[in-house]
Amino acid sequence: MKKGAMNRRGFLKVSGALVVGFSSFSSKPGEAQVLQTALPGSPALNQLDSWIAIGADGSIIAYSGKEELGQGIATAQQQLVAEELSVPFERVKLIYCDTGITPDQSHTAGSQSHPANFNHGNLAQAGATARETLFQLASQRLNVPADQLTAWDGVITAKNDPSKKVAYAQLVGGKKFNLAVSVSAKRKPASEWKVLGTPAKRPDLPDIVTGRFEHVHNVRLPGMLHGRVVRPPAVGSTVLSVDESSVQGMPGLEKVVVKKNFVGVVAEKPWQAMQAASKLKVNWSAGTGLPRQTDFYEAVRKQPARDQLVVDSKDSEQTLGKAATVLKTTYYHPYQMHGSVGSSCSVADVQGEKATIYSATQAVWYQKSTSAMVLGLKPENVRVIFRRGSGCYGINGADTVTYDAAILSQAVGRPVRVQLSRKDEMAWENYGNAYVMEERAGLDAQGNIIAWEHESWTPSKGNRPGTGTPGNVVTGMLLGFDPQPFAPGPAQEPRAYNNGSNVVPSYFAGRVAGKAQGTGKIASEKALVHNVASPFWTGPLRSPARLQNTFAHECFMDELAAKVKADPVEYRLRHLSDPRLIEVLKAAANAAKWEPRPSPKTGLSKTGVVTGRGAACVLYEGDNGYSAAVIEVDVNQDTGEVVVKRIWTSHDCGPISNPDGLRNQIEGGALQAVSRALGEEVTWDNEKVTSFDWRTYHSLTLGMPLPKIESVLINRLDEEANGAGETSITVIAAAIGNAIFDATGVRIRQIPFTKDWVKKALEKRG
Amino acid sequence: MAITLKVNGRSHTLDIDPATPLLYVLSDDLALNGPKFGCGLGQCGACTAIVNGTAVRTCVTPVSTVDGKEVTTLEALGTPEKPHPLQQAFIDEQASQCGFCVNGVIMSAKAFLDKNPKATPEQMQQALSGVLCRCFTHVRMHRAIERYAKEVAR
Repeated sequence: MKKGAMNRRGFLKVSGALVVGFSSFSSKPGEAQVLQTALPGSPALNQLDSWIAIGADGSIIAYSGKEELGQGIATAQQQLVAEELSVPFERVKLIYCDTGITPDQSHTAGSQSHPANFNHGNLAQAGATARETLFQLASQRLNVPADQLTAWDGVITAKNDPSKKVAYAQLVGGKKFNLAVSVSAKRKPASEWKVLGTPAKRPDLPDIVTGRFEHVHNVRLPGMLHGRVVRPPAVGSTVLSVDESSVQGMPGLEKVVVKKNFVGVVAEKPWQAMQAASKLKVNWSAGTGLPRQTDFYEAVRKQPARDQLVVDSKDSEQTLGKAATVLKTTYYHPYQMHGSVGSSCSVADVQGEKATIYSATQAVWYQKSTSAMVLGLKPENVRVIFRRGSGCYGINGADTVTYDAAILSQAVGRPVRVQLSRKDEMAWENYGNAYVMEERAGLDAQGNIIAWEHESWTPSKGNRPGTGTPGNVVTGMLLGFDPQPFAPGPAQEPRAYNNGSNVVPSYFAGRVAGKAQGTGKIASEKALVHNVASPFWTGPLRSPARLQNTFAHECFMDELAAKVKADPVEYRLRHLSDPRLIEVLKAAANAAKWEPRPSPKTGLSKTGVVTGRGAACVLYEGDNGYSAAVIEVDVNQDTGEVVVKRIWTSHDCGPISNPDGLRNQIEGGALQAVSRALGEEVTWDNEKVTSFDWRTYHSLTLGMPLPKIESVLINRLDEEANGAGETSITVIAAAIGNAIFDATGVRIRQIPFTKDWVKKALEKRG
Repeated sequence: MAITLKVNGRSHTLDIDPATPLLYVLSDDLALNGPKFGCGLGQCGACTAIVNGTAVRTCVTPVSTVDGKEVTTLEALGTPEKPHPLQQAFIDEQASQCGFCVNGVIMSAKAFLDKNPKATPEQMQQALSGVLCRCFTHVRMHRAIERYAKEVAR
């Protein structure tokens, strides 16, 4: 199968599973998986030397294909290698995501770094193999059986005779292992952990807080020039002509570059490039027009669709027909932005047939292959080196600006730095998908759910660039490459259960091919997605589709509980079967001192500030981390303002590699979710995006009313390592919606819960 | 036009378009990594430096307006080896994710606390109402600032 043709999750999972021929994500160690190779040029994934090196001085270098974006994974990987090799944290140097050096582990995305590198394959298994090899070599050297040896700080010592010892450097220092990663090498048991599982501090922070840290924005190469792009004024506009005389003689201007619909300028200084770009006269065609935003959600439902059936018991319609009560509602989620605080930047140095590119891309190897296409070079002549950008939370402008820098550098034959303007970042990024989600459920006479159908519509266009698809982002399209094709088509019968996008609510049995793999009890079930074409570029935004679907499922679950006057937590528990999901939900409820009662509160006041509470839970991606939240909100019924006062979250992502790093992810995810739920929405007029800065796209700032956040961490040392970066963000919007309902009796089914929107909804209540 | 800038205690004379925003002089001509281009519109704070004791958004401050004034950037507060107590508080609280906004948060907080050492957490929050962190490290950042305010500034 061509990688680009796979869905995000299947693709991430398979490509994370390479090293030793078994799955790095499977719940069964040793389970056979199809072996997949990395992209050409990558260090061999099954070779120990691709992952670990021990220097002549005893230094330990680890190579990883999973990069630090701000989520703390570099610290955790450094801990992992230190643990497996029994050295202090500081002894390990981690090098990641440089196509000249490190193995291809596909994207750093999808909450897959922890599963990929901390279970049975890849970096973890390489570490275990290295330790086992060192012990064997020491056993021979010291003439002591390997099980009689112990190691610390790079020295292996006989347990019974401390005088018998040998350092790693004496065994393999400066030499290659020349070994395959061993399938059978044993990971160090969690009970023996000294480094992993501790709150190791992030090694990058001292540099960050003192201004010494080098983001990609700070890469400075000798002879470097500065580029600026000129994007079309409207969606679908094309270049008719460019009047280069309009900028002739401007100070510092080196070149105007036009290639199909790509327009850019290169100058000596950034300010000169900006001025030239704004003065350059480009004659653009009219745009292709945009659908009216006010009835966009209705229009989405009428588009030709590529259908995807995730689960279908074939009897849901019939069961709904027999139900004592049937409830149907529709939820709406807007396009939202990654909205990185720093607009995206890249530095490229294209010299003749060779290119070296500094990029904040989440996938250096795909960036290498697509940059080569864009430049017309051989992939082996392109080196992409990751440098951290501004936090991306998915595909921000990092990939597109990398092509911008590469094209401009090629045009002038010198290194060029490009940083997008705020507007170019926000008006053209790959937005998180809009969604229309319909929920239908039937209850029996006792108020239990006996059937549930979920049906959603979501527009998409482009994606992350995979091999061969630079057109998945705007610069690639301007240069003449198409986004990955969209073709409508009917749904296929699901062959295996895959809840990677959380299309299936937590309360479904999830029966596919005769096997129930969901987390709930509802056996009469159907979940269907209609993928339609989008007028805007789209791509994964932190908890892509999972957040939107969970918003609908978990609000609807509350509506059902309210319908039968059941306590929302108790009602959830009644329909869940997965013990770990049950436990996280109980943990959040206990932390919040949840008092069982139905929502909404009785004796509601219809004016002034009222307080309510709401809950939600999820098994992220159907198998990648459990999370629940309880939220307390204040709703000002006179203004419509919603303020989140308290957040209690609980998490089970298997063994915890770094509890403080995990908390940082939980807290950040939770507050980002609050911002997205309360204010964030992409807006547009009849030809262009109109939310293109921080006045028009509404993010909460550091001045926001700060909720108190309490996180319960459930540490399961014997389970698989799961993702943790996208769990808390997934449940918050639903919990806020449920809390607003609890406080006011009004159910708001459309994000964002802005003042005006909430006030309007309250007014309808009468 | 020749402009003399005092940045982090050192004098620099540059022949430069006086309309150039201070940010580009700091990050490009003087190769400082602290001040960052976030929006170019004065809306996010990432470019903040302290000029004569006041936090300014350098992305919208023409360099001509700071001629002869004292410009302080994040680099001047402390070093990784010897961080300023406010920087140390950020390390102690692990108050960062991607780190891009940290310059704006620390410099804005520093300038405010220098002038208002007895500021309450609520006032501090208000003072940062124009500063963005899109990783939403808010809880830790405010905790770090409060720790510094309690231990040192007050």
